[in-house]
Amino acid sequence: MRHRIRWIASSFVALVLGLTTTFPVPAGAQDKPRYGGQLDFVVPSEPPSYDAHAEETFGVIHPIAPHYSLLVRVDPFDKTGTKPVGDLAESWTISKDGLVYTFKLRQGVKFHDGSEMTSKDVKASYDKIIFPPAGVKSLRKESYSSVEVVEAPDPHTVRFRLKYPESSLLLNLASPWNWIYKADILAKDMHWYEKNVMGTGPFLFVEHVKGSHWVGKKNPNYWDKGKPYLDGFRATFMSSSAAQVAAIRGERAHIQFRGFSPPERDQLTAALGNKIAVQESPWDCLNFVSMHHEKKPFDDKRVRRALSLALDRYEASQKLSRITIVKDVSGIQVPGTPYATPPAELEKLAGYGHDINANRAEAKRLLREAGVPDGFSFTFKNRGIPHPYEPIAIWLVDQWRQIGLNVKIETIEASAYHPMLKRGDFEVAMDFQCGFIVEPDLDLVRFVTTSDANYGKHRDKVIDELYRKQARAIDVEDRKKLVRALEKRLLDEEAHVIWTLQWHRIIPHSAKVKGWTITPSHYLNNQLDTVWLTE
Amino acid sequence: MWKYLLKRFLLMFPTLVGVAVVTFFLIRVIPGDVVELRLAGDRGAASQAAIDAERVRFGLDQPVWKQFATWMVGVARLDFGASMWTGSPIWDEIKLRFALSLQVAIMATLVAVGLAVPLGLLAALRQDSWIDYAVRIFSIAGLACPSFWLGILMILTFLIVFKWLPPMVYTPFWVNPWQNLQQLVWPALAVGYRYSAVATRMTRSAMLEVLREDYVRTARAKGLVQRLILVRHALKNAMLPVLTVIALEFAFLIGGLVVTEQVFNLNGIGLLFVQAVAHRDYTLIQALVMLVAGIFIFVNFAMDVMYAWLDPRIRYR
Repeated sequence: MRHRIRWIASSFVALVLGLTTTFPVPAGAQDKPRYGGQLDFVVPSEPPSYDAHAEETFGVIHPIAPHYSLLVRVDPFDKTGTKPVGDLAESWTISKDGLVYTFKLRQGVKFHDGSEMTSKDVKASYDKIIFPPAGVKSLRKESYSSVEVVEAPDPHTVRFRLKYPESSLLLNLASPWNWIYKADILAKDMHWYEKNVMGTGPFLFVEHVKGSHWVGKKNPNYWDKGKPYLDGFRATFMSSSAAQVAAIRGERAHIQFRGFSPPERDQLTAALGNKIAVQESPWDCLNFVSMHHEKKPFDDKRVRRALSLALDRYEASQKLSRITIVKDVSGIQVPGTPYATPPAELEKLAGYGHDINANRAEAKRLLREAGVPDGFSFTFKNRGIPHPYEPIAIWLVDQWRQIGLNVKIETIEASAYHPMLKRGDFEVAMDFQCGFIVEPDLDLVRFVTTSDANYGKHRDKVIDELYRKQARAIDVEDRKKLVRALEKRLLDEEAHVIWTLQWHRIIPHSAKVKGWTITPSHYLNNQLDTVWLTE
Repeated sequence: MWKYLLKRFLLMFPTLVGVAVVTFFLIRVIPGDVVELRLAGDRGAASQAAIDAERVRFGLDQPVWKQFATWMVGVARLDFGASMWTGSPIWDEIKLRFALSLQVAIMATLVAVGLAVPLGLLAALRQDSWIDYAVRIFSIAGLACPSFWLGILMILTFLIVFKWLPPMVYTPFWVNPWQNLQQLVWPALAVGYRYSAVATRMTRSAMLEVLREDYVRTARAKGLVQRLILVRHALKNAMLPVLTVIALEFAFLIGGLVVTEQVFNLNGIGLLFVQAVAHRDYTLIQALVMLVAGIFIFVNFAMDVMYAWLDPRIRYR
């Protein structure tokens, strides 16, 4: 009997430990969520259309995501933004060969018009994303090139069959852009969702006044009983950052989900004291330097390495992080995420060592070897956006001057910037990328030779092969090794591009807002089902 | 009189056509296009295939002359097409913003006229007195302060002193007049003050000129009372240049309050204009230029009618 009691007690303890390990207690969970209230937030951009499958701006995600569900989502309490959890999927299995993903859907989930959501809807949505018919825009279909077919064998099962295993598929399915639409509507009109809203999300659509605001109200039939906590939300469109700061300072808005600069954060905390809470995270956005490989002397990898070796990234991290939205010295993945470079390994890359004098001496040696001992002049083309482009450009030019290079900055108006990059009309230019989930497949695809975004026009079969291998590696440790090898090739041995500093996301928000956790991506965590207000 | 008005009215059309031609071709000279901008997004990468497909959808793959012809046919039918950025009909994009900008323009004009005419008149009548100097300082200060700067000062005062901010969302006057005025009265005051400064200076100098005219001296010699001399003889004649300034400024306010709209987060035509240019939204830019040009042309026409009413010499010419 005593053994039995001990067995029951130990089983209970194991169960509790197991549960808390499997489902970590979310930040702020010690507070009991309060029901009611309207969340007011500002959005610096407005949705061009309402169809996330066809758009690229967070201006679509922030106001409209609360109306939709995904098949799989990123855990709203995971600060790394890399942990998939079920949304409409209750559970899933992956075949041993990694070629079949089977999802069991929740039952009783209803669209806002009262109709039931089934696997037919998930299949129709993913068919639109992966295999769009002619005339239907799907901006991320290339990310699913491994998918052969999407099947709906029964009303509550969805199956993805792959042509080859792809380690990023599950996270890619958690993409915040992959809203689940209603199959019947898509069957009638594939463009219906560009101007209308019909989802299964926690909030119902109320109104969109163009240029002004977007309003949603609580969905009483949301599948996750007890949620959402808010009665509704109102997103106000506001392009001026000064007006956004004023709105939060004047308590007309609780939060802006994209991010503020350090001076704006300091201004708000000084004015509002304990009425404001600040969440910060490395941001999955980055400015890097592209060098045109078909223009001399940037066809010489010694010159490209010298440009990287000239940069004192650690000092810049301290100084620039006070004035603009950059902070961490990083490799090709956001610090703190699963495939990020450990600091010890990072320091081995060209330009990442702490001894800046040694780095610059090496840079000068490389320039001598490359036949330009006295340096040379070039124009650095930068995008006409204040943060963080301008401070980074000024820093870069200063650093390059210290190894004898004479650099002139040419600022290109933001609208004309991408056409300039695409035309290859530059010697050296600021480039950038922003991801929605930190995942090597998603972040590194642009450095493959055939990528449309390979503006520097490098041709590197080694990188292409490393990319292909890491994408198909199922074992995490194997994949990490491949990612590290690709990083070394990209940033060090060939120095095809030059990494600057990781962007840093700063969200100062009303202390009344609870249940929202910052992630490295401003595209994530906007369904608002977990968010509540203290008063 | 009718011949004069008809001539003025008919002149409006070639002007509008000229504006249409210049606008259409000028915006296509600027580098960058709507498709690349829209697809580049935050990630900064879009496939060439996606870009090409969008160009075809918007008709941007067609020769420029063909695009122009298609657009002009639409304009002739008062169909300006759909925004290339949002896909919505142009009128849907403009109507709410136009209502807001029109209201701000009207309120600012009321503020300006309410300040400028009495102050200008008073300064002219009390020339070189302390009143004149006070009015001149007031108006020169108005000319020196940009309205957006005044707006920023207002916002900071509200925030720091009163811990308050005007509403961020526009409510039409007929829906909730109190909320509407809470939002729009401040930009109207900021803009109206600068606007009144120009009109005050103009009223004062025009009045000074008219008060020295022979017919005013004659009216005084006839023993007419001062009020009648001022209202019937002096003010009516002095108003011609003042009205011109007020009318042109009013037309400018419809589309020209870009920074002030940003400061007060007003969803107006000025801000829409800037966004349309930033997005290279050709159809929207073309429609907005035509709208603002149309307003200027209409206001000019209205001024011509007013001139004819105020000055019989124009009527009988």
